Amino acid sequence: MNPISFLTQMVRIAIPYLFAASGGVVAERSGIVSLTLEGFMLTGAFAAVLGTHYSGSPWIGVLAGMIGGLIFAMIHAVATIRYRADQVVVGVAINLLAIGVTRFFLKLFFASSSNSPRVTGFGGNINAAGFDNPLLWLGVLVAPVVAFVIYKTPFGLRVRAAGEHPDAAESVGVSVTRVRYIAVAISGILAALGGVYLALDQHQFTDQMTAGRGFIAISAVIFGRWDPIRAALACLLFAAAETFQIQLQGNHAIPSQFVEMIPYLLTIIALAGVVGRAVPPAALGRAES
Amino acid sequence: MTATPAAARAQIITRAPWREHAEEALIPPLVALLVAAICGDLLILSYGQSPAAVYRLLLEGTWGNAYGFGQVLYKATTLAFTGLAVSFGLRAGLFNIGGESQLAAGGFGAALTGLALPVGTPLILALPLCMIAAGLGGGVVGAVPAYLKTKFGAHEVIVTIMLNFVVLALLNWFIAGHLHVPETLHTPEIHAGVLPRLADLSSTFHGSAANLALIVAVLVAAAVWFYLFRARGGYELRAVGLQPDAAEYGGISVGRVWMRALTFSGVIAGIGGINYVLGYKHYYEDGFASGAGFLGIAVALVGRNHPIGVLIAAFFFATLSQGGLAIHAFVPKQMMDVLQGVVILAVAMSVPEVRRVLRSARRTREA
Repeated sequence: MNPISFLTQMVRIAIPYLFAASGGVVAERSGIVSLTLEGFMLTGAFAAVLGTHYSGSPWIGVLAGMIGGLIFAMIHAVATIRYRADQVVVGVAINLLAIGVTRFFLKLFFASSSNSPRVTGFGGNINAAGFDNPLLWLGVLVAPVVAFVIYKTPFGLRVRAAGEHPDAAESVGVSVTRVRYIAVAISGILAALGGVYLALDQHQFTDQMTAGRGFIAISAVIFGRWDPIRAALACLLFAAAETFQIQLQGNHAIPSQFVEMIPYLLTIIALAGVVGRAVPPAALGRAES
Repeated sequence: MTATPAAARAQIITRAPWREHAEEALIPPLVALLVAAICGDLLILSYGQSPAAVYRLLLEGTWGNAYGFGQVLYKATTLAFTGLAVSFGLRAGLFNIGGESQLAAGGFGAALTGLALPVGTPLILALPLCMIAAGLGGGVVGAVPAYLKTKFGAHEVIVTIMLNFVVLALLNWFIAGHLHVPETLHTPEIHAGVLPRLADLSSTFHGSAANLALIVAVLVAAAVWFYLFRARGGYELRAVGLQPDAAEYGGISVGRVWMRALTFSGVIAGIGGINYVLGYKHYYEDGFASGAGFLGIAVALVGRNHPIGVLIAAFFFATLSQGGLAIHAFVPKQMMDVLQGVVILAVAMSVPEVRRVLRSARRTREA
């Protein structure tokens, strides 16, 4: 196995996870459950292809993808914060809605039930191996930036307070509602960028193209114990396992299905506390009273 | 519940809390239906079609002919099982999102049993054996999050989601690597346990997949109702769901109830596997459960966690899904995927809102 090709492939696989998991960390640290990452990613991917197709510019596509994720994030925020709907139910609904909306619009705009036409997208220089895609570099930077915001800025302090002690935060004049709206918006935009990266890297949208990546991102958030840097390392770990499996194909030492299980099994083990307990933010999932 | 409408009305007037309870249960699904109908109008208009014509087509293709109705009943059967499974867990305050993999594991168990039995085993023997295997398959998958929750406090939502992927990958490995008919992703046909179809009883249902599993679903719903509202264990289960701390203080072992609730939730979803495996295709196929587990959450939510409500909600979501096929020539069937999401969101948002409005109205009345 060539270490350079292993590393480049690993980074490319990790980028969507890095975007989505960073978004998930922000929302969950503010107290809102992020089962919606999958839906945000899918919407972002579709909106990016739609925007790129009609404008001819992938940058307009990036913008469209972010707006798509933001719209779904606002539905999530209004349902859980304004209407105090059950966050898990809303998560399931948002994911189903994202599948439905992208399918319907795929049919409406591109008259297809499987995939969009090819769009320009980013990258394409064979020698660059995907590293000529500006979103890849953004994806590498996103986790450290989120870590800085969460731990070193007043806004980050408010996010953490909203997730741990919402009543105490309110008592010192922080609007928990506002903080959570912003946190969910950030999670929607970041997760959508993960989908945008996927779509513009593959130069098209295909039905359900995120294929569970949003759930791997949630795994990374939990396995990384809601810390942006540890979550990013978990993303790299899961991506490495996947790369390993792809590069070993043909060599049937380990069936691919068992490699697929790794992120999920590790998350279950982490939750059961076998190797150091994963403890979520105290107010996670609780509607603010 | 009451003999005459007049008596019912008298009861409503004298027992305001009962009426309020009914309002709290029924208004959110009705609101959701209205919102979904409006969204449906917009989607149909965006496709340049007439909503009235499309809705008429939808009704004709589902409830309007025997084949369509049979297909609705077939799809409703699986959803009834997964919906009952989710609602059973929710009554204990636990969210089982593992319906997807429990249903698949149940179908896998039923197929293995159907394959292991000798040809010609009578249905009266084969059906219970297959059902036990199906329940066992789903129950094992349900018992894992139950154990991790009781023993380590691991949150069942995340564990069931993660376990879905693990179990489905494992089943895929079994099928793709070992048990499949060449060139396919399904097992050979079962030797015993094939359920009679509705079409065998009345030829008007010809071609539809509705089968005896429908009756099993109704019986399971009845059993769930009896357990929840008439048996001691069900009382404990509901007590834990409403107030775990108070239940523990009252002498109920919360851990045991959790264990029982999630495991049996898995059993119920698992038994649902017979609808496809014994009733429709007569083999286990990779991915047959796809989507039905998640929709079970919608069914439980819209059915307000009551067995009768769940059956009605299963019928409603099955109608949406079959209706999509009926209108596909005019509006893409994908419209129904959108409406499913809209219905769940609308119910989820209106449940707490309706409760708040009704309670504040009562406070005003009492003041």
